[in-house]
Formats: sequence, structure tokens, C-alpha cells
Amino acid sequence: MKKGILGKAFISVGVAAVSITGLLPISAVADEGLVNVYSARKEALIKPLFDRFTEETGIAVNLVTGKADALLKRLEVEGSASPADLFVTVDAGRLHRAKQAGVLQVSNSDVLNKLIPTNLKDSDNYWYGMTQRARTIFYVKGKVDPSQLTTYEALADPKWKGRICVRSSNNIYNQSLVASMIDANGIKATEQWAKGLVANFAKPPAGGDTDQLRAAAAGVCDIAIANTYYFGRLLKSNKEESQAVASKLAAFWPNQDDRGVHMNVSGVGLTKHARNADNAIRLMEFMASDQSQAWYGDENNEYPVVDGAEISATLNELGRFKADDIELSKLGENNRAAVELMDRAGWK
Amino acid sequence: MSVVNTLKKSNGTQWLGISSVAIALLLMLPILIIIGFIFSGSVDVFAHLYNTVLADYISNSLLLMLGVGGGVLLLGIPTAWLTSVCEFPGRKIFAWALLLPLAVPAYIIAYTYTGLLDYAGPVQLAIRELTGLGYGEYWFFEIRSLLGAIFMLALVLYPYVYLMSRAAFLEQSASTLEVSRTLGYNQWQGLFKLALPLARPAIIAGLTLALMETLADYGTVQYFGVSTFTTGIFRTFYGFGDSAAAAQLAAFLLGFVALLVLVEKYSRRKARYHSSAEYKAKAKLIELKGWRAVTAFLICLLPVLFGFLIPAGQLAFWSITQADLSDGAFFELAWNSFYLAFLAALIAVGFALVLAYAGRLIPRKRVRLSIAIAGMGYALPGTIIAVGVIIPFAWLDHQLIALASSWLDVDLGLILSGTLVALLFAYTVRFLAVSLGAVQSGLEKIKPSLDGAARTLGCTPMQVLKQIHVPLMRSSVLTALLIVFVDVLKELPATLILRPFNFNTLAVRAFELASDERLVDAAPASLLIVVVGLIPVILLSRSITKGHAGS
Repeated sequence: MKKGILGKAFISVGVAAVSITGLLPISAVADEGLVNVYSARKEALIKPLFDRFTEETGIAVNLVTGKADALLKRLEVEGSASPADLFVTVDAGRLHRAKQAGVLQVSNSDVLNKLIPTNLKDSDNYWYGMTQRARTIFYVKGKVDPSQLTTYEALADPKWKGRICVRSSNNIYNQSLVASMIDANGIKATEQWAKGLVANFAKPPAGGDTDQLRAAAAGVCDIAIANTYYFGRLLKSNKEESQAVASKLAAFWPNQDDRGVHMNVSGVGLTKHARNADNAIRLMEFMASDQSQAWYGDENNEYPVVDGAEISATLNELGRFKADDIELSKLGENNRAAVELMDRAGWK
Repeated sequence: MSVVNTLKKSNGTQWLGISSVAIALLLMLPILIIIGFIFSGSVDVFAHLYNTVLADYISNSLLLMLGVGGGVLLLGIPTAWLTSVCEFPGRKIFAWALLLPLAVPAYIIAYTYTGLLDYAGPVQLAIRELTGLGYGEYWFFEIRSLLGAIFMLALVLYPYVYLMSRAAFLEQSASTLEVSRTLGYNQWQGLFKLALPLARPAIIAGLTLALMETLADYGTVQYFGVSTFTTGIFRTFYGFGDSAAAAQLAAFLLGFVALLVLVEKYSRRKARYHSSAEYKAKAKLIELKGWRAVTAFLICLLPVLFGFLIPAGQLAFWSITQADLSDGAFFELAWNSFYLAFLAALIAVGFALVLAYAGRLIPRKRVRLSIAIAGMGYALPGTIIAVGVIIPFAWLDHQLIALASSWLDVDLGLILSGTLVALLFAYTVRFLAVSLGAVQSGLEKIKPSLDGAARTLGCTPMQVLKQIHVPLMRSSVLTALLIVFVDVLKELPATLILRPFNFNTLAVRAFELASDERLVDAAPASLLIVVVGLIPVILLSRSITKGHAGS
């Protein structure tokens, strides 16, 4: 290998850059103007909010994003030395798991306790939901008469054979949906239901929620189960092809006569060893403020958790519905049973 | 062997032996921690897996390996042979262009082909519009399937076989082929009776790398809904929240790998293939004309077309026409990716050199075994390695923090697990096998008698190293550096977990957007991975050609 001046320059520049950005540990010492966040929400869906927080308060936010369970593991092994002050993740099951793992602490923010409804936060205030999404049924207009649709349970009916698209049971959204059904109907009935649903699949599960919606629009199936914000994103897209997909589909709100549509949250909790707890709580309160709640609606088509906060125009188009108000920590408790049940039902 | 024996007694060799074992132990640590999980609790999870999905994981993983193995051989060997021994139009371009798919991460090629060939993609849309048929009324290849995953992985992994076997074909001096002619073989018989058997260790080394990468793949199989060991590991980790059970599965996966490594060792058995590097006349290329030239051209074109041109073209198209570029910061992302990959390559190859020389100079079982285990990280998914890295590092950090606060009264913070140190270490564990493979195969080509001759002529071991090994090893070391570089550039899961605050790479950005189901917006970052990866790939092929042309 030629090691000319260029090579040496590269190495020294490289070493210099590393020592600046990566090799300096972020100390876990408290810092007046700082809060450190581990987030399972993607950077694009959280950083703009943090930037605004920094602008308003002067408190800088350090961020690592990653997969929820991996970040949780990192929090666990870092223990008392962890620099993280906040843990942000999607799905109540994960939040519950974080509480169980002992990496969170009680926040005791009067503001949050007042703003966030009881069913959307931890019963002991270890974590708070910050945004909501519904996991509902989308049907192809013209192919399905919405009067044929009633409940999630009814999707196991043989009349839907070969007509349903849903993603893999590896996905936490499906796990939580099944966990909520376990709470409503018990394990046995839910397993029976899952078997019926699997028999109605139009194709083996693959891809994400958007892929299921696209498949339905392309004629692969008549019904897709997906989270509302994926549909909202297609609706609001500036790409013709995405709009075409959305225009062929409509949302149906199931279980309106009983428990309501399955809801889930993205949420946040204060870490057990947070050094910047005051700043962290300030950031949490900022996330629950009206303007942040509205931002999530506009940016990612999510429903607010705070009563009276503005619902985005796109979501309003989908109409109002009755939401399942199950205590979300139950989703976490039932998660394992849900995964096992789906394994047994052959839901790939 | 007398030279080896005298070497063994010298201080240098002793130092080498100690440091090699130390390095091997260090790199083994995460793997041993994963294996250690076998003995920790949660039998019921394993029983559940055994009763429901384990059989599926095993059969799918085996089929995937079988398919990808066949695919990389079919794509890699003929192209390597054609570009190194034959002359036909376009040969010089293909010689390096065939390496290009190496720069494309498997999950990215899966995303792009799905975008193209899916029922909602432009190809099937066009079919439906042209024929007026609806979905299901015509047959079309289902890309999201086991077979689809095999195609995707084979398309980006064949360069390992191509690279290794081409180097071997080029190493075979002209005399080898001349001998085959004097034995009355024609050129094709020469290929099957001499060139291929001689290149076998190289081919198998390339195949092993491709298969280990296949076993470790998560992005592609997950996206295609194929249940393999890796998807099972993550389902257990994420679904059950049970990292111990996930690690148990990973340990199971290591069993597969151990099998692979054994097969590789067995295939080499007692055979030692040392080429006569001291005599190298340039082999006369076999000139192909007419339909033979056309066939050769097509055989070489196919992998480049499907493994690089089409996916890169699709990414470029998305980037230009539709992607949201407002997120920006591409230069910073590219720079982070670049220097991280560069440092990781230096470290991995440095360690590989120490281990490879130790293996050569100290032919003891203990040394061999530790080297073999240290290289197994390549077949483990990055997430699992990351867990294996962060556990001991965080523990060590806690000890250091306690020490520093009681002795110096300062708060150190997480100086190992919270910084790039952990990440670079994880890369080394993961990619050691790659650098080790390239370095070892280079080293094997230097006959021990060459060392002996130099020593008899009065050279010190250091002089042997400087005057004989350095020039002869140069292209192997460069190969090792560049492959690790490209691999780290593409690496995702370990980067995701272990990176420090406010630190992103191209792969992280591409993944975040793609996993948020914004494939099109992920295109620019993906394309940049490919572009940054191209530079070393082209350098690599130039150095290999240069190393063999003439001299």
C-alpha cells in the first residue's frame, strides 16, 4: 500500500475527528443545560421537536436512536453509569418492559399527571404515553361493503378466505393487538381466532404496514390491517402513486359496539439513574404541550394523548371513533402469551 | 522445519505467541459470553420454540445456505476464470466491475428489487396495464420468498468467491498451465483437472465467507418474511424480551458455523498449496472469438447487471426524482461512515496479521483453535455481537469508574461502552474472519522454504519479513483492508446499538428511513453507501491486477 502524504493526512485527520466526536465519553455528571435521550423513535420523528425545545429553553439534547430492546439492554448493562436521562419508545409493551427491567423511575410531574389520561400512562407514573395511533381495518372501496365489517374477531370468518393482508407476527404492533384481544377474550379464544385469521391470509406475511396497504390497492387482498399514520402518510404524500393507493382504500373502525378500536402509544420514561432529571421532566412536559401534540399530528399523523389538543386535518378526514381504553400496561403483560399464541397458530 | 524451530526460540516469536493468544482471547470474549448464556435459565422458551418454530428456522437456514452457496459458486467461479485466463471484449472492465455488487448491502438490494418487482411495483403494474389482467390472473415471480432471498444474497455475496478464486487463478503461474498442456489437456480440461483443484482452498475460503454472511443476515430475510435463525433470535429477543433465550439461539447458530469451519478445514486437510511465487511468467490468455466471446461477455454481464447496475440505477432514480433530501447532513454521515470503516479496517487487519503469523510460526493446536474461535464472530448477527460486547465493556467501565472516583475523585463516565471504542471492538469481532481469511491465504502462498532460503543466506527474521513477506503480502493485506472497509460501511445492527450520542452513519440513516417504510427517502443514503464503497472496490481490483501483471 502506498503511504504517501495523502495517506498520512487521511489518518491524522481521521484520528483527529474520532477523538473529537466519538472517543470522548459523555459524562454522567449533571449538567445545567443538558438532557440525554435514548430513543427508539426514529431521528426524523423526534429530533425536530428536540430542536425546538433547545431553542425555547437553551437546554441541549443529546440523542441516540436505535431498536427499543437493544437500547433497553444498553440501559440495563450501563446501570448507574448510564448517561441517559430519558427513554423514548413506541408501544406500551416496550414501556412496560422497561419498567419491569428496573431502568425507569417515577417522574412525579404534576403537569404530566394532570394532562395524560390514566389509561395512557403507567399506573405508578413510571412512563407516559405521548402520542396515540389506532391499528385498524382498511378495506378496498367497491370490493368490500363496510356493512360486512364488524369487529377484529369477525375477520376470522371463512368468508374472508384469501382476502386479508397483514404483516408478520414478529412485529410488535401485531403482538400488541393480539395482547389486547387476549385481555378481552382470553388465550384460548384468541388462539382460535388467530388460526382462523391465518387461514384467511391472501399471502404469507412480509413487509411492513405500508406494503399491506399497497397490496390491497394492487388487488392482492381486500382487507389490510395497518396503523393509521401509515395510511395518513399515503394520503398526504406528494407522490401520485401513493395518493392513488390511498384513494382506493378507506378506514373502518371495528368493535364500536364493545371495547373499541385497538390503540397504542409512543411514550417516554425518566431513567432510574438520570442525572439531569429536572431537564428531562421539562422535556417530557414540553412533549405533552399543545404545540408538540399538534406537531405530531401534522408531521406523523398521530393522535394526541392530551384531551383538547388539536387533531390533524388528515386524521379528521378518517372520522371519529370509539377507542379501546384498556390499561396499556396490560399489553405488556400479555405480550409473551401473544407471541407464543401466534407461533402456535402458524402466523409467520 | 528447522527454520521454524529456530524462530520459535527467539524472543520475537515468544512475544508473537503471547500477543496472539491475548488478541484471540479478547476477541473471543463476546462469543464466549453468548455461549455462556446457554447455561442461564429460561428452558421454557426454548421448549416453546422447539415445539413450534425451531424446525422451520433450521430448514429455512439450511435451504438458504444451500441456495446461496450454489449461487455464489455459479456466479463467482466462471467469471473469475474468464477474466483471469481468457481474453474477450470487455474483460478488463469486467475484471473490476464484477466486484461492484460487494458495495451494495444485502438489505438495500432487497428493498430495491421489492420496489421493482412487487405486485405494487412498476413491472407488475405495467403487466397489468398491458394485459388487462388482475392480480393473481398471471404468474409472476414472488420476490418476497426464500428463493427471492437466495437471489438477493447470492447477487451481493458472489464477489467473495470471485475475488478469492480470481486471485488464485492469477497466482497459478503460467508454468502450471503449461504443464497441463504438456500433459495433453486442452484448456478446458486444464481448468477442471488442474486450475480448479489448485484454487480449491481459495474458493472454499470465499464460499465460507459468503455462507457466514448469509447466516448472519437479518435485514433481507426479515423483510422477505423468511423465518431463519436470525429472525428467530430477534423474535425471541424482542418478542419475549428475553435476551438469554435469544443468546441461546445464537449459540445454536454458532454450532452451524463451527460445522462450516470444520468443513473448510477438512477440505484443506493435509494439502498445502504453495504456488511457485518466485517464478512467474505471464500466462498467455486464451483468446475467445465469435459466439464464445459473446457467451463470456454475457456470463460476466449478468452478475454486474443484476447485482449492481439495476439496483444502483433504481436508487439513483429514486434519489433524483422523488426522495426527500431535506434531512441533509450527507457529508457528515459519509465522513462518519468513512473514518469508522477506515479505522476498523486498520485494527482488524492488524490483529489478523498477528494471528496469522502466530499460526504460521507456532503451529500448536492451542494457537490454531483460538484463532478459529476468534473468527467465528462473522456468522453472528451484529446485534448479538453488540450485546456480547457491551456486557463486559460496561462491567469494566463500572470498575474503572469506581477506581477513578475513589483514587482520583473524578467521574470518568463510560469511557469504553459509551464511546466508539466499543463499536470498533465489535466491528473487529465481527469482521476478523474476513481479514484473517485474506491474510492467511496470502501467507499460505509463501512457501516456508522461501523463509528457509533467506535465513540460510544470513537474513534475520526481521529481514525476512521486510524483504520477502512485505512485498509478497502487499496485495493480500490490501485486499483484507478493503473488504473490511466495505463490510463496516454496510454494517448496521452493531452500529445502531453501540454508537455514541449524536453520531450517525449512512447505514443508520438509510435504515431509519427504510424501516419507517419510507424506501424512496432512504435511497440517497443507500446510494452514498454504494458510492463510498465503490472507491475501495476499484482500488482493490486495480491493486490485484497490478500485483500480477507481468513481473
